[in-house]
Amino acid sequence: MSTTTAPPPRVETPLRRFAAEFAESRIAVGGLVVFVLIALGALFAPWITPQNPYDLMQIDIMDGRQPPGTSGGAGFTFWLGTDDQGRDMFSAILYGLRISLLVGAGSALIAAMVGASLGLIAAYAGGRTDSAIMRLVDLQLSFPAILVALMILAFLGKGILNVVLALVIVEWAYYARTVRGSALVERRREYIEAAHCLALPTHRILFRHLLPNCLPPLIVVATMQVARAIALEATLSFLGLGVPITEPSLGLLIANGYQYMLSGHYWISFYPGIALLITIVSINLVGDHLRDVLNPRLKR
Amino acid sequence: MTVYLLRRLFQAFGVVVAMSVLVFVGVYGIGNPVDILISPDADQMERERAIRALGLDRPLWEQYVWFVANALQGDLGRSFAYNEPALQLILQRMPATLELAFAAMILAVAIGLPLGLYAGLHPHSPASKAIMAGSILGFSLPTFWVGLMLIMLFAVHLGWLPSNGRGATAEFLGVQWSFLTANGLAHLAMPAFNLALFKISLVIRLTRAGVREAMLMDYVKFARAKGLSPRRVTFVHVLKNILIPVVTVTGLELGGTIAFSVVTETVFSWPGMGKLIIDSINRLDRPVMVAYLMIIVLMFVVINLLVDILYTVLDPRVRIEGKAA
Repeated sequence: MSTTTAPPPRVETPLRRFAAEFAESRIAVGGLVVFVLIALGALFAPWITPQNPYDLMQIDIMDGRQPPGTSGGAGFTFWLGTDDQGRDMFSAILYGLRISLLVGAGSALIAAMVGASLGLIAAYAGGRTDSAIMRLVDLQLSFPAILVALMILAFLGKGILNVVLALVIVEWAYYARTVRGSALVERRREYIEAAHCLALPTHRILFRHLLPNCLPPLIVVATMQVARAIALEATLSFLGLGVPITEPSLGLLIANGYQYMLSGHYWISFYPGIALLITIVSINLVGDHLRDVLNPRLKR
Repeated sequence: MTVYLLRRLFQAFGVVVAMSVLVFVGVYGIGNPVDILISPDADQMERERAIRALGLDRPLWEQYVWFVANALQGDLGRSFAYNEPALQLILQRMPATLELAFAAMILAVAIGLPLGLYAGLHPHSPASKAIMAGSILGFSLPTFWVGLMLIMLFAVHLGWLPSNGRGATAEFLGVQWSFLTANGLAHLAMPAFNLALFKISLVIRLTRAGVREAMLMDYVKFARAKGLSPRRVTFVHVLKNILIPVVTVTGLELGGTIAFSVVTETVFSWPGMGKLIIDSINRLDRPVMVAYLMIIVLMFVVINLLVDILYTVLDPRVRIEGKAA
């Protein structure tokens, strides 16, 4: 061992190469930055917002339906206006984002775990198990997501957990299909054969050897599905089937503003929609570029 | 072919049975069936009588057989809110939904095809880049919010278009249609465009990819070498070949469009099936919900079956696979 303290040479780790390749697209980096800002804004909402929009002590009905830019009685300016109850829309949007992001990311994560496990099992077991799982996937994908989610929520009723459950049921099939596709290729590789020869237990082969090598396409699908889940949750909430009124997401904020639209109070629906749009577009930009970076066929 | 068809029919039947069990368990298993099937205003005596009359004291499998037997005779229960047979209620609203869905499909092709053609022929022009950016936006925009913004712009600020309802209708083939009157068309314009937005983006992308591929083909080069005008090459030789996938995908999307009209109908108060189901869910009008779900399941199973059969007829590879299996 040498004792020199020269800085270690930059090793080309997969993660570093991935980061460098990702940084090549300015649009994708921009999307990522915007998304991180949105996520931070949502996370630290109680410390950033001028009021807690769901603390009745802090809102004043006299401030109801103020246009953007009015100064309220509480001593701060309503930059995005107020809703019918006198809530500051900027605060309500950040609080709404928390619910939207939580539901979107949570359901995508659970669906990824369920879907990836079933996809791995299908690819590894083959035969009848495989065709049973894939038949279920086909069946699931032949019905539009909005309809399946609608059915489930119609029977289960409103609630954040019910929405997450409905989104998981709608989404797991995409992950299962993706993971099965790459696992079918990977399971014929030598390292799986080697693991077999070592007589490793099946679950270890599945989750420690096969799964890590199926991750790249899974990450791409997961990114896109987060955006899809957020949009679907907003739609369901807008229809009155999603989150309860006590925990409004962006979709419910938009729905609340719907009735004031015709009297010209556009901002109650407009700004939550813009927030939703920016969130979805930024995730999609990142996902779109991830697909190019992680696609082995486009490897340079 | 016959064997494949029979097997596919059998599968479709299996799906319908499976879904009917699910819907049945959904209604009778999860919620209290008495609350669901008997009006909440009923008193104790009435409830007991109704429970016996509805056979709710029988074992679950017996109830299911009964449910299926009634469903097969077209009896899916009566709506609480309207006091009409649920099935009839839904069938009455179906033309409005179909009209909206077809109008959206026509708009998607009418707007998407020319834009996609332009973007494919001039891939590097700024206008094409704008079109493609617009199509990404079309995929990302939440449909219901765009609908609200359309109402705000065209109904509230400009006052050009009405914001809700079907407007005046005219009778054709015994059914009321909006597109036959000027007033009805004005009512149809915004919801149809709103529902079409996603499909427009889809058609633009498909057409653009198809055109770019076709321009490199030998038959296009040959047509050019023959000295045909660019206009003729584009509109006869290229367009003819890209129309096939575009029309196929648009057709396949019909089911999804009908399903998604739930959202558009709610935004624009369009009196179709989608608006009915949302109202029924909010009113807990469960017989209508069950009837709607069964009809939708049946509709999708039939659409999927038809698509599979069409593919078998059109694509020889599927046919051979079907024979081998």
